[in-house]
Amino acid sequence: MTDIFDDTTDPYASTTESAEGPVFTVTGQDWDTIDASAVEGDHLVINMGPQHPSTHGVLRLVLEIDGETVRDARAGIGYLHTGIEKNMEYRTWTQGVTFCTRMDYVAPFSNEAAYVMAVEKLLGIQAPEKAQTMRVLLLELNRISSHLVCLATGGMEIGALTVMTCGFRDRELILDLFEMITGLRMNHAFFRPGGVAQDLPDGAIEKLRSTVRLLKKRLPEYAALCNANPIFKGRLKGVGHLELAGCLALGLTGPVLRSTGYDWDLRRKQPYWGYETYDFEVVTRDEPDAYGRFRVRLDEMWESVKIVEQAIERLAGMEGQPVMVADRKIAWPAQLSVGADGQGNSAEHIKHIMGESMEALIHHFKIVTEGFRVPAGQAYASIEAPRGEIGCHLVSDGGTRPYRAHFRDPSFVNLQGTSVMSEGGMLSDVIVAIASIDPVMGGVDR
Amino acid sequence: MTDPKGDRDARDAGTRTQDGSHETRDELVRADVRELEVVEIREGAFGAHGTGDTSGFGGLTRPVIMPGASQPPYGGWYDEVAERFASGAGLGDAIEKIVVDRGEITFYVRRQLLLEAVTHLRNDPVLRFEFCSSVSGVHFPHETERELHVAYHLLSMTHNRRIRLEVTAPEGDPHVPSVVSIYPTADWQERETWDMFGIVFDGHPGLTRILMPDDWPGHPQRKDYPLGGIPVEYKGGTIAPPDQRRSYS
Repeated sequence: MTDIFDDTTDPYASTTESAEGPVFTVTGQDWDTIDASAVEGDHLVINMGPQHPSTHGVLRLVLEIDGETVRDARAGIGYLHTGIEKNMEYRTWTQGVTFCTRMDYVAPFSNEAAYVMAVEKLLGIQAPEKAQTMRVLLLELNRISSHLVCLATGGMEIGALTVMTCGFRDRELILDLFEMITGLRMNHAFFRPGGVAQDLPDGAIEKLRSTVRLLKKRLPEYAALCNANPIFKGRLKGVGHLELAGCLALGLTGPVLRSTGYDWDLRRKQPYWGYETYDFEVVTRDEPDAYGRFRVRLDEMWESVKIVEQAIERLAGMEGQPVMVADRKIAWPAQLSVGADGQGNSAEHIKHIMGESMEALIHHFKIVTEGFRVPAGQAYASIEAPRGEIGCHLVSDGGTRPYRAHFRDPSFVNLQGTSVMSEGGMLSDVIVAIASIDPVMGGVDR
Repeated sequence: MTDPKGDRDARDAGTRTQDGSHETRDELVRADVRELEVVEIREGAFGAHGTGDTSGFGGLTRPVIMPGASQPPYGGWYDEVAERFASGAGLGDAIEKIVVDRGEITFYVRRQLLLEAVTHLRNDPVLRFEFCSSVSGVHFPHETERELHVAYHLLSMTHNRRIRLEVTAPEGDPHVPSVVSIYPTADWQERETWDMFGIVFDGHPGLTRILMPDDWPGHPQRKDYPLGGIPVEYKGGTIAPPDQRRSYS
């Protein structure tokens, strides 16, 4: 009997012959099994991840190193692929939101925004002003919370644990706002084709105002802690360098692109949902490295706070305005309410469809189970997500479901910059370079 | 859109509707819309075929037609771009048709000339589409000899314009030239399109799977590839997997 059950040898970690000489595979604590005299140079291939804590989720890096210098860096992805695009082909247009919100889970509103914008483009409709303002509010709050996660995890990966605890502490404030407005901390599915799922709850404006006040008190802490910190600068400055030409060729957008000094921001260049009416600056910096990107994100949070404040003031004057298009063939029929047993459909609505109107019941049933039809054609919609341009390419065949949904996720595209940012640098700088791209693997793998 | 009962074969072979009342493709598509893209013929209203549908709507037969070719003038900057695009060296018949729909312009480009086309689009100062936003595939199993589409979303940051290129390839010869030499960002996006649709990008530096495991059989986002899933039992009822549930066609 062959020893296939022999657990003393590992078929994946054995010595093999290749055209360039013998290949030794070591897995840890077995270096002394290698005959040192048979090895020339110290050329090593290291597999980092997919479960390495510093690789931002399940990202795998195959690094060829010479001493501590990285000669070749390749990213292996796909460990978090969940087939969201395919799944969306089997759900109604409204249900699609619940899938795409789970892609880039750190910036869920951006996914929803790109999707609903594409659906609305196909339908030829526009959400009411209040819905657009609520979307802007949530998108900008989300930009702050996403950048906070970027700073927090980026700090943690270089050992700055205070940045991590502060970042998650302040992100929590924003997640509380999300919970108040949408009912959930993440996976909101709050943006719907034609508007948003629900109006602002009572007391939301006051809560928003007080949280923004607190945020403005806390945001300076990051600058005070990091901006001039010699260790922080020592780890970040000059690391992950990528000039404008490289960004355009490799398709990098967002803070990475703006750190090269180019003020490309879709909120300004191709404004949507009234962004042209808000007063804010596009942050750029002439330091195309990890430090420059850190500073861009830091400053962008302040600009987002400015937009959030303006949106709050606008919303304060929009009480009672609709948050969904008037077309009952598209609008979701029910409103949610909080009952004694948790969240559910409003009692008013249930009373209406179950006790008063047969037609209303039929309508509710049809729109919930069948959904609405979208005229055949295709559309591409893109917005400025915290990580760059997120695009949604939708194809409709005139049916009640997307015929094809594709997302151009900024994390996926930006991650292609890994190789050029890390090759020739030190092994420890690979982590910093990747953290400066800020990839979210849920978005990369979809 | 897949037909669990294999009606598609019958439809393609005899091109007669379920009730045999008329021929589908010839009668339902009016003569003057023949140049439009008929991507599918849809029957019934509730996705149930045969005796399952007692609603009376089962006999409905409707063609699925994509927006057809537009005629110049296209309006705005579209005309300038279209003219300049077509005037590129050797690009005389690269453009199959131009569709302007929902404020977006789509150039259907012959795949043989794709590389020349994108080179011209990127390098010409009037066009200057220096940024390739997105590359993805679409599978239209009913469009004979044009089953596989690749959509390129190009962005000109210089002029702040977006266009879409679309190339088609038959399933039997799923080859499209790679644009990685012009837009390096297409590297992973073409790998994803190969992975999901089985479209071979000739000239790609390393066309391997990217999201699915290396040894995965098939290309999951093709329409004939099942979604998968198992029936779920809950409180005595059984819920079928999503792709086998009743659907509204």
